[in-house]
Amino acid sequence: MNITEKILARASGKDKLEPDEVIFANVDKIMLHDVSGPGVIKTFEKLEKDGVIKVDKLFDPSMIWVTEDHFVPSVDKISAENIVKLSNFTNKFGIKKHFKYGMGQYGICHSMSHEEGLVSPGELYVGGDSHTNTTGALGAFACGLGHTDVAYAMLNGKLWFKVPETLYFRINGKLPENVMAKDLILRIIGDITTEGAAGKAMQFGGDGISDMSVESRLTLTNMTTEAGAKNGIIEPDQKVFDYISERGVTKYDAVYDDEDAQYEKTFEYEASELEPVVAKPFSPQNVSVVRETGSIDIDKSYIGSCTGAKYEDLLAAAKILKGRKVKVRTEVLPATISIYKKATENGLTQIFIDAGAVVGPPTCGACCGAQMGVLAKDEVCVSTTNRNFPGRMGHLESKAYLASPLVAAASAVTGKLTDPRDL
Amino acid sequence: MKGKVIKYEQDNIDTDVILPGPYLKLHEHSELAEHAMEGMDPDFHSKVKNANIIVTGNNFGCGSSREHAPIALSASGIEAVLALSFARIFYRNSVDGAYLLPIEIDEKTYSSISENDELEIDTSKNEIKNITKNELYSMKPFPDLISKIISAGGIFKYKP
Repeated sequence: MNITEKILARASGKDKLEPDEVIFANVDKIMLHDVSGPGVIKTFEKLEKDGVIKVDKLFDPSMIWVTEDHFVPSVDKISAENIVKLSNFTNKFGIKKHFKYGMGQYGICHSMSHEEGLVSPGELYVGGDSHTNTTGALGAFACGLGHTDVAYAMLNGKLWFKVPETLYFRINGKLPENVMAKDLILRIIGDITTEGAAGKAMQFGGDGISDMSVESRLTLTNMTTEAGAKNGIIEPDQKVFDYISERGVTKYDAVYDDEDAQYEKTFEYEASELEPVVAKPFSPQNVSVVRETGSIDIDKSYIGSCTGAKYEDLLAAAKILKGRKVKVRTEVLPATISIYKKATENGLTQIFIDAGAVVGPPTCGACCGAQMGVLAKDEVCVSTTNRNFPGRMGHLESKAYLASPLVAAASAVTGKLTDPRDL
Repeated sequence: MKGKVIKYEQDNIDTDVILPGPYLKLHEHSELAEHAMEGMDPDFHSKVKNANIIVTGNNFGCGSSREHAPIALSASGIEAVLALSFARIFYRNSVDGAYLLPIEIDEKTYSSISENDELEIDTSKNEIKNITKNELYSMKPFPDLISKIISAGGIFKYKP
């Protein structure tokens, strides 16, 4: 079996699993945020009112963690009320791990999962957000769900899954300078399309992955969602163990591929041949090499989200922005407070401010068109985020080019879509 | 179930256009219904007065995991979506939350059905009858567990 099958087999008490089998599996960790959380609350209220269930207690409050990210700091009365509801809920059910904005560490849920060591290798982790796939870079089975399924798991500790087929992406060699993991995953999505991995696992391996930092790997698994994947996953190695041990996680049960692991299909990529790319509007699969995209004037550069505002992403942007000035509105929103703090301690925040960018609090923000820099009609943005469907970041006729932090920063400096190598 | 068709001849209709991000803070089903399909079809609300079935292409409901998407469609009156394929979370949400029937159809059925056709769907026989055109199509049968969850009325009512 491969790593995905082995985690699901362990969680469902089976010795062997085949793709397409439907199982009920025990869940190890559950995540909610300020959108899926109120959804869970509403689901419980409705089912109680209809006499279907009684929610006196949850299966195990210690397996659940909650963060606030989409509409924080609260943007209006409704979002403020959602936050109050969420706090009342976590108080009532004894959920201790509730990361509240303005009370120390909090941030975008997927970034919190790795920054806080909330999920360990070998675990089965579900979250009420599609980019839950991100955390698979730590060697966990991590999968996004809607709030009814999350509510079910919170109450019963288990959930049904169809065992996915696995697509294996072998990455050979090192990424060239100025090319990032974001360029690699965009290239892959461009090749296999937004339904190329529908319902499947995307597993990454090879010496190109061993060579990559944990944060770069997280960028890859994060955007497996855009290829339609059920989960993205990477076998854990010493880099992962060191990363989580720095975050206080020392006990885990790591899982690896068996020697005879099967994959539905294997894809090979030579990292050294990759170039900076963008996904043009209006789909993450519209991938184009930056140098071949033509002259695109931009109105804005957005460096944020679970995809593109980890420490390493900010460091890449700062490398470009140091000593330069931005020509268009530029926003930098670190994904968590811990990342913000590290960026500040290491002088990055100062570099961004000196360049003319605004540095804001951790939030999903304009990535999902919620707040903090949403786009106007006809505005063009280069963004380190993950989706560029019509209206995703604001007006239906706004345009987002998805790119690496290096491309977003280089474009901020020139006011045009720019390959960092041409700066 | 029986009803008329709204047809969207395109692939990859994502949850951001079915229910745009700014409304994710809303949780009342009736409020979500007001914004259904706001990202792509300004005429949806007038169309849905006379129709309860959407027919569309591949990968319907891709993107965000927001359960708001099937809720908004269901609360607007949509009872079934017939698509060439579905994104996995939208499919799961539709079934586990008992909002609407996600029915997979083949290319031939997809091209045969037109806007405003009246259909009668019999999931027990896996049959779709086109009353307007007097045609009969087959639907892809639901997998066993999905069928049981649908019959129970959602994941919480299903007893494993």
